[in-house]
Amino acid sequence: MLGVIRFIYLFKSVWAILLALLLGSILIQLAGSDPLDAYAALFKGAFFEYFGFGNTLVKMSPLILAGLAVTIPLRAGQFNIGAEGQIYMGALFATLAALYLPAMPGWIHVLVCSIAGAIGGGLWALIPAVLKAYHRVNEIIVTLLMNYVAINIVSYAVSGPMMAPEAPYPYSDEIPESLFLPHVLPRTDAHLGVVVGVVLAIVLFAVFRRSTFGFSLATVGRNPDAARYAGMSVKRHIVVAFVVAGAMAGLAGTYEVLGLKYRLFHHFSPGYGYDGIVITFLAGGNPLFVVVAAAFLGGLRSGAGIMQRAVGVDTTVVEAIQGLVVILLAMGLAFRFEQTFWARVLRKRKEVAGELSPDGQPENPP
Amino acid sequence: MIEIFLDPALLTDFLRTSLRLSVPIVFAAVGGVLSERSGVYNIGLEGMMLAGAFGAAVGAFFFDTPFAGVVTGAMCGMLAALILAVLGVSLGVNQIVTGIAINLFVLGLTSFLSRVVFGAQANTLNLQGFKPLAIPGLISIPVIGPVFFGQDLLVYLMYAVVPLLYFMMFATPWGLNIRAVGENPRAADTAGVSVNAVRYACVLGSGLFAGLGGCFLVLSQVFLFSENMSAGKGFIALAAVILGRWNPVGALLACLLFGFFDALQLRLQFLNPEVPHEIFVAMPYVVSILALVGLVGRPSPPAAAGIPYRREAK
Repeated sequence: MLGVIRFIYLFKSVWAILLALLLGSILIQLAGSDPLDAYAALFKGAFFEYFGFGNTLVKMSPLILAGLAVTIPLRAGQFNIGAEGQIYMGALFATLAALYLPAMPGWIHVLVCSIAGAIGGGLWALIPAVLKAYHRVNEIIVTLLMNYVAINIVSYAVSGPMMAPEAPYPYSDEIPESLFLPHVLPRTDAHLGVVVGVVLAIVLFAVFRRSTFGFSLATVGRNPDAARYAGMSVKRHIVVAFVVAGAMAGLAGTYEVLGLKYRLFHHFSPGYGYDGIVITFLAGGNPLFVVVAAAFLGGLRSGAGIMQRAVGVDTTVVEAIQGLVVILLAMGLAFRFEQTFWARVLRKRKEVAGELSPDGQPENPP
Repeated sequence: MIEIFLDPALLTDFLRTSLRLSVPIVFAAVGGVLSERSGVYNIGLEGMMLAGAFGAAVGAFFFDTPFAGVVTGAMCGMLAALILAVLGVSLGVNQIVTGIAINLFVLGLTSFLSRVVFGAQANTLNLQGFKPLAIPGLISIPVIGPVFFGQDLLVYLMYAVVPLLYFMMFATPWGLNIRAVGENPRAADTAGVSVNAVRYACVLGSGLFAGLGGCFLVLSQVFLFSENMSAGKGFIALAAVILGRWNPVGALLACLLFGFFDALQLRLQFLNPEVPHEIFVAMPYVVSILALVGLVGRPSPPAAAGIPYRREAK
């Protein structure tokens, strides 16, 4: 039964994408180009050309990890809108570890930086998690607001104490060359981050499906009363889910620094954390589909420039298409809502909220 | 830094900037109050504001008058709000998911459409905007005059909107209906109030106000449209709704405080680069989180906020 629902849901995402591309073709026509030529250039450039595909892989690295960061808490019925901020904090911690720790062998240092980045993102996610689990403060609004706090912390760091000397605008010193992540496609920018993302997605899939933790997390989401009766702590599961999610987002930020930019820039993420929400929407909460959805969004981004050069349509059309996908998916929620994955997530959410407030008080709002 | 507050000319200028920076978030925040009082979470304020800004730019661009911009801007804000009304109120889709979808949708669509409509001149546009309009007599009061009574029409509109909305909310049958629908929709329904009609009106109203906030950005501040120009102001407005305790006047005060922080950080960037201005940029968000946690009073949102109303449901 679950498989059937998941299959229908996968289908739903495909329909939404196709419809969005159809509506997008009207926009392209509006801009005075031929939609078929434009899409051909876009997808050929994103997936069937060596350098274009490399560029898609570059974009996929943060997108997969951000998607996982939104997917994990959803398992327990919690929304993480804060992946963007967790990405920034992860990148900050990783850069600190890269620049200011004593010299050590390259691969150990990369590992240390990754752990530092994961800790940075995880700690940042710990705050809304504790507030939610122990004080019943709505996690959506807190994670949303904390994004701006994190972005400003990074801006402060790279325009103040960490700013590279003589830098024309805020960025840090370059990290040592021994820390540069190896490239997975020669002569492109595609770095190891995307491999880490795919591996973590597979691991998470296995954890959700096979492990005790995956089971108890889903139980906490599905039936908090039963979970508590079986001796599982609802509060602790919420906290763990958020911290792991934050660690994923932190890694997204880490590999942007170690794999692509080699410095910490202010405003370096163009909203990958929010894209993670779109990806989770598309993937219907399945970590493996997160990879597929990230490939789609990453492909849109990397193909957009090629399309602009080929047929002259502005790259922002892919943002419009992405927006259309989201709104169509939201509309899709209206149909047969009670049977869908999202309906179950939202039921879980309500139940967990009830579990957290035995006295029946409403939680704090957004 | 302290000289800002001692020199009357500098102080006037500083307070004027504070007020002007808070105007767009005041509009969006009163919209948020209206919507959430009726029981509909409005995370989509950001998108509605951006839609309003885009509409304002298009209207002013084609008709060459800011008044047309206000009309089209308000309409675009309401169009974005209509999505929330249809999905979140009629069809019972989760209001937060819908709100997030609206933000992403409007961001993508306006980014592209602005390239189509304005083309290459998008960033050099100089649209017809509102000019400051001094109120005779009041303008000559020292400090207060130039700060409050040398503003443009949209600011005067804001002066009218906040008390009117407060009056409507707490002293008229309409306001009573709105609050009843937000607190206990079943009771309101039993008393003959159409829950969804009230919610539709409030959500569309919130789109109208958020749209006006967007209009102010374009028609009174920068006179052009740029991608993602609302830049999180809708989320600050959301914070102001909470800090202002779901009350139009409270929201106004919260926005004025946030505008003050914003003006302060701008001033610091220019005059005292050694003071980290990022602290003041982040301040509204930090204060709002503290308010949510309950360190700044106890928040009590409308009881039915976020729950779609179903007659047949238990």
